Amino acid sequence: MANQPLLQIKNLTTSFRIQDEYYPAVDNVSLNVNENEVLAIVGESGCGKSALALSIMRLHNELNTKLEGEVNFKGQNLLSLSTAEMNKYRGKEMGMIFQDPLTALNPLMRIGQQIEEAMRNHLDLSDAEMKARSLELLKKVGIPNPERTYMQFPHELSGGMRQRVVIAIAISCEPKFLIADEPTTALDVTIQAQILDLMLELQEQMKTGIILITHDLGVVAEMADRVAVMYAGQIVEIADVYTLFRNPLHPYTRSLFNSIPSAAEGSDRLHVIQGIVPSLKNLPRTGCRFSNRIPWIKESAHESNPTLHEVEKDHWVRCTCYQDFHFPGDAEAEKI
Amino acid sequence: MFKFILRRSLIAIPQLFLLSILIFLLAQAMPGDALSGRFINNPNLDPAYQSELRDKLGLNDPLPQQYARWIGNLVQGELGMSYVHNVKVETMLESRIANTFWLGLATLILTYLIAIPLGVIAGRWPDTYTDKFIVTYSYVSFSIPIFVFALIMLYIFGFTLGWFPTGGSVDVRVEPGSWDWYLSKLHHLLLPALSSALLATTSTIQYLRNEIIDTKLKDFVKTARAKGTPERKVYSRHIFRNSLLPVAAFLGYDIVFILGGSIFIEQIFSYPGLGQLFVDSITQRDFAVVNVLVMLYGFLSILGTLLSDIILSIVDPRIRID
Repeated sequence: MANQPLLQIKNLTTSFRIQDEYYPAVDNVSLNVNENEVLAIVGESGCGKSALALSIMRLHNELNTKLEGEVNFKGQNLLSLSTAEMNKYRGKEMGMIFQDPLTALNPLMRIGQQIEEAMRNHLDLSDAEMKARSLELLKKVGIPNPERTYMQFPHELSGGMRQRVVIAIAISCEPKFLIADEPTTALDVTIQAQILDLMLELQEQMKTGIILITHDLGVVAEMADRVAVMYAGQIVEIADVYTLFRNPLHPYTRSLFNSIPSAAEGSDRLHVIQGIVPSLKNLPRTGCRFSNRIPWIKESAHESNPTLHEVEKDHWVRCTCYQDFHFPGDAEAEKI
Repeated sequence: MFKFILRRSLIAIPQLFLLSILIFLLAQAMPGDALSGRFINNPNLDPAYQSELRDKLGLNDPLPQQYARWIGNLVQGELGMSYVHNVKVETMLESRIANTFWLGLATLILTYLIAIPLGVIAGRWPDTYTDKFIVTYSYVSFSIPIFVFALIMLYIFGFTLGWFPTGGSVDVRVEPGSWDWYLSKLHHLLLPALSSALLATTSTIQYLRNEIIDTKLKDFVKTARAKGTPERKVYSRHIFRNSLLPVAAFLGYDIVFILGGSIFIEQIFSYPGLGQLFVDSITQRDFAVVNVLVMLYGFLSILGTLLSDIILSIVDPRIRID
């Protein structure tokens, strides 16, 4: 048990019902998150990263979502729990930080009440103790005047302040595990940096395991210990952050890095990845899912049923196409 | 809050002023005048005497002059004389205002007693058979004219089953002020109020249902669930409270709707309220009464919307009025 990961996702498939048929948005994903580790999940919009995050907490509407596989938290498979049992984990053992702080708070409740709600659900504290703890939390997340904010309503706070409140709610019961679903996407760049610093600081203090969902490679570089790259519901590459930034292999990962604009190089045009993520209904179920976005790579480079290959220690890449991959302009260079 | 009410009241003054001009002109546009109603059944009256009377009462004066006189009196609280009944208008209103008030209040309470639970059930479990039944009811009730429905209710529960009295506001045999008297009043109220309420529920049910369905998908509901809040509390604390906002906002309009409905309801149930007086006064060309009543309805509508705004500002912290 010593080396058991905090969270272990095994073959998780999350399918959504569209007109009586289920389509997997998260397809057979396996991941581990250890204590005190930040795992970033990167991918473009619609690749299933948020669906994955919500699946861990089981926050999807159960009427039109099907979860298969296992989500083991401290050895307990969360998917086999009843909603009431699951509620003992939500907020207490695992917290969630949402993408848009403008909508993540109830507009009719005071900030204090909203922070205390989680404590009320899980901890046996008196009202005075809860208030003291709420004020302490507000202070901890860098709110300048906790007493005042405690009595305020969400609309009276700025976006950055609200995101701090959302973080305060997530850590109110000192969970060992946090999911941050694009926590800085809705914020200004300067506020982004502050929020990331805050999260790093809290993570160091509390030794939490974090799954950080993002599409921003800058955020990954700053925060993550390990990175999983997702494309069309699957993990296409997973490695620790240094390896991945030094040696990205999968064509999708490389395309992502190549799409970062660089002022220094003075390149005239920004690289874009051709096409879009296929919609859930039109997703090819066989073959390399990225193949139609790199049409210049010959068919035979792809596996017919791509699996993850360990190319170096703890660095996994899906499909064999990475071996033959080159960017369109580089074709001549690579031949020589 | 005080400042807000004051400001809104000040805005209401020009609204009422415009309304008064409109009412006055419309009343003038109707065939006949204040006296023709009185003389309508009296062919023996000398036409020369009629025109003399008209002159005396100022009915032949130019319109602006007539209007100025009417509005001047109104502002001073002088509501005028009913030429038909030869009594002051306020005397005619006195007994009826209370009746209409109680009928309206009963209707409003019954409307919400029916609509809120139905809206909540339909929104909580949408697309179930229960929900489809409720939605069907709300569409059907929206499309039935109130005078048809009220007649059916009167026929079934009043005449055939005899559960409720078919007219009046109170049993004349009981002593006013006694316990029985109040019970009798309530007994007379119930059927007209229920008939009106059953049709007034549509907007509340629909708003509540759709708002709950929308609110369920809001991020803050996910936040609440992510805190481990039990499902029952997620609904009561987060979803229902937020969904009731538009219902509160529509309180004023519901009041207006019920007032409008009361005109038919009171007529059909021979309930001696303002609505019945209104219809009677129109048929008798009793313009003094009609004008005052329309002004009163206009005033109550403005009051209703003001009430909505005040309630909304109390329940929704994002709306500040000061």
